[in-house]
Amino acid sequence: MAALGTLSSANLNGGQKLAVKFFTVAIALFGAQVLFGMLAGIQYLKPDFLFGILDFSVNRMLHINALVVWLLFGFIGAVYWILEDESGTPVVGLGLGNLMFWVFTLAVVVVVLVYLLVQTGPGELKSIWLINEGREYIEAPRWADIGIVVCVLIFFYNVAATFMKGRFTGIGGVLVFDLVALAGLYLAGMWYTPNISMDQHWWWWVIHLWVEATWEVLVGCLLAYGLIKTMGVRRKIVETWLYIEVALLFGSGILGLGHHYFWIGTPEYWLAIGGFFSALEPIPLVAMVVHAVFDAGHHKMKSANHPALAWMIAQAFGNFFGAGVWGFMHTLPQINIYTHGTQWTASHGHLAFFGAYATIVIAFIYLAVQKWRGNVWMSGNMAGAWRWKWAMFLLHAGMIGMTMALLIAGYEQSHIERAIGGSTWMAYFEAQAGPWFQQAMTWRMISGWSFAAGFVLLAWDLMTIGKRETRPAQLPAAEAAAA
Amino acid sequence: MSQTQTQTLWWASESFWKKMAVWITAGSAVVLIFLTFDTVKQITAGGKRVPAYSVINNRIDYVFDEKRNHQVPVIGPEEPLFGKKLTEEEAMALVSKGKLTTQAKNCMNCHTLLGNGSYYAPDLTKSWLDPTWGTKQLREQQMVDFLMNPQDYLYNSLGRRMPNLGITEEEARATVAFLKWMSSIDTNGFPRNFKPIDQTDPAPDAAPAAPADAAAAPVQQ
Repeated sequence: MAALGTLSSANLNGGQKLAVKFFTVAIALFGAQVLFGMLAGIQYLKPDFLFGILDFSVNRMLHINALVVWLLFGFIGAVYWILEDESGTPVVGLGLGNLMFWVFTLAVVVVVLVYLLVQTGPGELKSIWLINEGREYIEAPRWADIGIVVCVLIFFYNVAATFMKGRFTGIGGVLVFDLVALAGLYLAGMWYTPNISMDQHWWWWVIHLWVEATWEVLVGCLLAYGLIKTMGVRRKIVETWLYIEVALLFGSGILGLGHHYFWIGTPEYWLAIGGFFSALEPIPLVAMVVHAVFDAGHHKMKSANHPALAWMIAQAFGNFFGAGVWGFMHTLPQINIYTHGTQWTASHGHLAFFGAYATIVIAFIYLAVQKWRGNVWMSGNMAGAWRWKWAMFLLHAGMIGMTMALLIAGYEQSHIERAIGGSTWMAYFEAQAGPWFQQAMTWRMISGWSFAAGFVLLAWDLMTIGKRETRPAQLPAAEAAAA
Repeated sequence: MSQTQTQTLWWASESFWKKMAVWITAGSAVVLIFLTFDTVKQITAGGKRVPAYSVINNRIDYVFDEKRNHQVPVIGPEEPLFGKKLTEEEAMALVSKGKLTTQAKNCMNCHTLLGNGSYYAPDLTKSWLDPTWGTKQLREQQMVDFLMNPQDYLYNSLGRRMPNLGITEEEARATVAFLKWMSSIDTNGFPRNFKPIDQTDPAPDAAPAAPADAAAAPVQQ
């Protein structure tokens, strides 16, 4: 047994050994996301920067693809992290899971290299199969799509078979059910049609039903587990909340899909259905805040892992504000006709992805490093605690700054380009050149530097936190025993 | 009294919410699937909302509709793209080539199409109807020239240009066909308040500088 404070895989169970591999790649991809986001941000201010070498389209594609993939790696890692603990039995196909990890990672590296070095292809089907599918968020070429489906199927098999062999907890049941939907939905985005309306109709099945439905439920499962682990909340309470969340998330999110069907050629009834149900989408997010904050308060903020708890609370609020409030602000068609496709969307996208998803993955990585070092003390009076606090502050300050700047730019665009200018190219550039827009882009960039600094500090902290700690972790409250 | 306090109320119980979660999810999914059948039928090319690809043989306009209270695409007289009338199959092949080009060249990571994509460059939903192209007569060639050598054109004071993506003439023409076809999709009035290029033909006996052209001129500046 390694000494307390030393990274040792002997401290982890089989699933957790695999999980930390996924977490490592996730953090590296998070770094790539920040890097390419910064490059794209600079190009708003200096359009000739890397022009013809790494154009905005390439940087932006890498920025959002790194986002999707690092979150997926983070989620897969988090599920492997909880799997043996929840099911009470070792992961069934651990070797297969390891193989899948290496195949997936290698595929990501190849896709990124092709994005960087080949960038675009001729207007033929083979470009879509080999280079770039050219569809936002799911640009990965078709060969990689098939690889992703195979990897996800292996992952799903591991999760379902492990729970079946061991015990099915409430969290386990929801998780397995959710993963079926998550994997199945990806197939909706894997075919070609010349019809752009049809294309976007099915494309939204993947994008919306992932980020506004199945990913949210996945996060609900992770949050439930995290609250049990850090504070010893009773399982009956978190699982009841989890069912409430599932009912509300799917009840609003599935038909909330309609808010993407306002302007792409789809029928008019989506204006009412999409507007109504998507307006309900913040409700489960309020429930999640109440749940997390109530539990934290009930346990007097006493937790076994302060950074993880802090990031979980950040998740509850970030999800509510980023996905809930920022989404609600422009979800009604009367507003959306002016805001659709402006920086308003970028503002919402930034805060929502960070608040809802980045935060929970970071929380889980903090749970992981604690156990990896032999379940060290990570509560009050930690040595070097300034690092996680400052990382959290800089990341949040940067994200809120970017969100606000983009929102101001979005307001200006909706007004000048859309409402007054009538959305012509001339109106578009008039809005882009406006002082409010330009200033917003500068502030976004400054905030981006804060975010990047926060990322560096976070990566440093994750590598070092608990290193010289000699105290064992503070155990959660006695309730945990009953769980 | 003390007994009821220790018992969980039915509406706060785990089993109640478990059932709710299952029923609400299943119910929503059934409604979605039902609506999807209808939506897919309505957005199949050749319908009222998404016209057949051969619509590129005609003039496409975007006109205010009193009843719907927003602009709607209006299919006008025959005006074949590049002066060549195509069959439905030929039109579909051309539009498809254009669509493939927009995907292979990653247009969506700078532009928006139907408002979806990235926000670094203008929306392309009605780009076929954009006054930027000058006049109806010049438009097709202007678009092809621009797509093939976009780095030479600066449409703004920001210095923001489109990079050369190696688009061939064949791909450029196909892309124009795709954009023309896309402008005919009924998008429920998006983008709102759009000011399309003047496509009216001068009256047969009028001089080239007809009043209609003069009225449209300021928009093009």
